[in-house]
Amino acid sequence: MGEPFVSRGFFGRRRQPEQAGRIPPGQYLVDDWPVLSAGPTPRIRLDQWRFTIEGLVRQPVSWSWEEFLKLPSKTYVVDISCVTKWTKLDMKWQGVSVDTLLQAVALDSRAAFITASSYGGYTTNLAIPDLVNDQAFIAYQEGEKPLTPEHGGPARLVVPHLYFWKSAKWIQGFRLEEREQLGFWETLGYHRRGDPWKEERYSGD
Amino acid sequence: MDEQDGDRNRELMLDGNAAGGMLYDVFSAEMTGAPTECASCGRRGEIGSLLAFTQAPGLVLRCPSCENAMVRIVRAGDVTYLDARGAVYLRIAR
Repeated sequence: MGEPFVSRGFFGRRRQPEQAGRIPPGQYLVDDWPVLSAGPTPRIRLDQWRFTIEGLVRQPVSWSWEEFLKLPSKTYVVDISCVTKWTKLDMKWQGVSVDTLLQAVALDSRAAFITASSYGGYTTNLAIPDLVNDQAFIAYQEGEKPLTPEHGGPARLVVPHLYFWKSAKWIQGFRLEEREQLGFWETLGYHRRGDPWKEERYSGD
Repeated sequence: MDEQDGDRNRELMLDGNAAGGMLYDVFSAEMTGAPTECASCGRRGEIGSLLAFTQAPGLVLRCPSCENAMVRIVRAGDVTYLDARGAVYLRIAR
């Protein structure tokens, strides 16, 4: 990580050493925000959008868009790393902490994993400890603007400390599971957890 | 959401011919002209006519009629994963 990847001229002199320590191994820094996708962008009408928590819970809970926007939200400024090797620093989001959402349900004691599922059929698996303690949130704004459909709008999961494929776009709900159900990429050789600092790219890494 | 929003995702979508090189590496055969059938809706057509998503952690080929994921390929380090559950068959020429 010795070489800076971008020249920021006069503006970057003090920031570069600080940035270097924030870029996980094997990653390079980007200023833009690449669009990656495994399928067409689903178009979700806000009056039909719902976010649902089900599975190993005493009672499933579901929010409409209007109800979701009334939940307490926070501003998060986080660094994002994609398994395709780009890292983008200081992304500013507005969203609802997963803690807030899970507080609305009574978890069965067997619940250990969550399958996050999306409009369009995408899924990804996460262990509950990776989603709680304000480590993860459902974002509906990036920067100061509503999240665009190509980046997962109206709302996406964001789990900044894991590779970005875990941050499911077009989020539709969580299913609480006793056993880990591998998701869209995890069934095809990607790592079940995906920590960029450990370079957990593929199963076996 | 606003239907008029720009969709770079759709702009990045290619046809199956864009996947020809990767398919050749996997099957050691020219695949884009090979027939296949969608396991979801039954559409028949050449692999080259499928929707290809290449700007992703792997390659995804989808049916242009129902958008079912027919073939998914990931190069995971020194191994390759193939999932073709979404296709009734793939025909590989000798």
